[in-house]
Amino acid sequence: MKKVAVVGVGETKFSGPQEKTEVELFAEAAMEAITESNLKPKDIKALFVGNVLGDFAEGQGMVQAFAAENIGCLYVPANRYEGACASASMAIRDAFIWVASGYYDIVLAGGVERAATMGTGLATRTFAMFSDARYEYPAGITFPAVFAMLTHLYADTYKIPLQKLREQMARVSIQSYRHGSVNPRAQFYGKNADMSVEKVLGSFMVATPLTLHDCCPFSDGAAAVVLASEEVAKKLTSQPVYITGTGQSSSGPLGNQSDYLPRIRAREVSSQQAYEMAGVRPEDIDLCELHDCFSIASLIAAESLGFFDYGTAGGAWEKGEADIGGKVAVNPSGGLKSKGHPIGATGAGQVYEIARQLRGEVEPERQVPDARIGMTDTLGGDGGTLVNMIFERGW
Amino acid sequence: MEHKLIFKDYNEALKQNKLLGLKCQSCGAITIPPKMVCRQCASSDMEIVELKGSGKIRTFTTVFVASEGREDEVPYTIVMVELEDGPWIMGNLEGIDPSTASMELVGRKVKMGHKIFHGDRYSAGESARPLFSLEQE
Repeated sequence: MKKVAVVGVGETKFSGPQEKTEVELFAEAAMEAITESNLKPKDIKALFVGNVLGDFAEGQGMVQAFAAENIGCLYVPANRYEGACASASMAIRDAFIWVASGYYDIVLAGGVERAATMGTGLATRTFAMFSDARYEYPAGITFPAVFAMLTHLYADTYKIPLQKLREQMARVSIQSYRHGSVNPRAQFYGKNADMSVEKVLGSFMVATPLTLHDCCPFSDGAAAVVLASEEVAKKLTSQPVYITGTGQSSSGPLGNQSDYLPRIRAREVSSQQAYEMAGVRPEDIDLCELHDCFSIASLIAAESLGFFDYGTAGGAWEKGEADIGGKVAVNPSGGLKSKGHPIGATGAGQVYEIARQLRGEVEPERQVPDARIGMTDTLGGDGGTLVNMIFERGW
Repeated sequence: MEHKLIFKDYNEALKQNKLLGLKCQSCGAITIPPKMVCRQCASSDMEIVELKGSGKIRTFTTVFVASEGREDEVPYTIVMVELEDGPWIMGNLEGIDPSTASMELVGRKVKMGHKIFHGDRYSAGESARPLFSLEQE
């Protein structure tokens, strides 16, 4: 298996409703990544694109073929990945496998979404399609409702008074808002830096006990990365970011995960694969972009990834252990909560952040000092798809 | 290989307030909702059984922001119930004021009825779901 490096990254601003089409958004992110890689579109051997709801958002299927043609990657294989919110991470992981195998030496992977363009009603309906359509949706399940139920289950399982847990969860949102407020590509850039526990708890209720500020926004945006084999990477850049470990896992309906809930077993399986492949442990990770679609999701993720013991992540956030300067810097980008969550692009946005953090290129206020090993964690559905990847400096 | 129990038949039974599951002939575990193989041991040797539908609430939420087409339903309470037979199942809770649902619901015993979701343009038809109500304590 060949070593594989990220040699260039690109991203649009994550935002509310965009006027640009998905093809246009993806093309902009892709060209930024290709240009940063010192490559031309003709050098790309294949293109893997995460896109979840383009059919609903703008009546566009098969966006990957049109995107490839748009940027001049002519007649290359172009594949679309759909694993709900983990789609782009699936695309990047598969690109990694193809480059590692030696079949392709340069692959462009990423994702695009216009979830904000759909509006809250249609977005809520279509996001609920990642729960079981026959056995869960009839009860009116929504995505916030899944994590709302996990919140109550978490409080009951670890015997944490709900009010205390909600205050800990508010700390997660406050930290994410603070980092996103200084990230120019974030949806909430320049906003919400002064968020307080009281404001989080007092904002309007989405699904008890989750308020608006416990929930990530609907977002439009795109992100892309270029992966290359080690020998190609060394010719292109002095700062290749190697993908040293990956894992992926799947699960069925939420109820069928009951032996483990509120833990997400698929994440434990996936992250363990990534740690073993990379030969590192949770304590070796300097920063992690993890899937904070809801504040409680950060606690659940950080525990399953092995950063904190089960039931203790809320306290860790309160003490700053999940922040820059703590045990592991979680979501210095602002995360899904503040950077935004254009679902088909989210995983590629996480990789964009990790690569730039390892290269020491982000805004000083949110740069993790001397970051050497980074990790991504992307969740699709309520555990239906889980992807983890570990990245290390190649210099 | 054909399924022993498919959604259509599960749904028709639920509309009669009958909760059908599958009992594994190898390990004895109950699988619900129906699948091709046992949720515990992946054996396909399963027989249809009627479950009682009673159990206890493990978690819940009250939804205030609805999906397109279901705006008239909010607020409503969703529960995950651990059936006496083991598996967890998702349904709604009736007989309470949804806006007052609290942690005191966790652990409460419930019995099952059903309610029809009439479907929307995406759902390929209607589906019944369990509608639980609290047992008097």
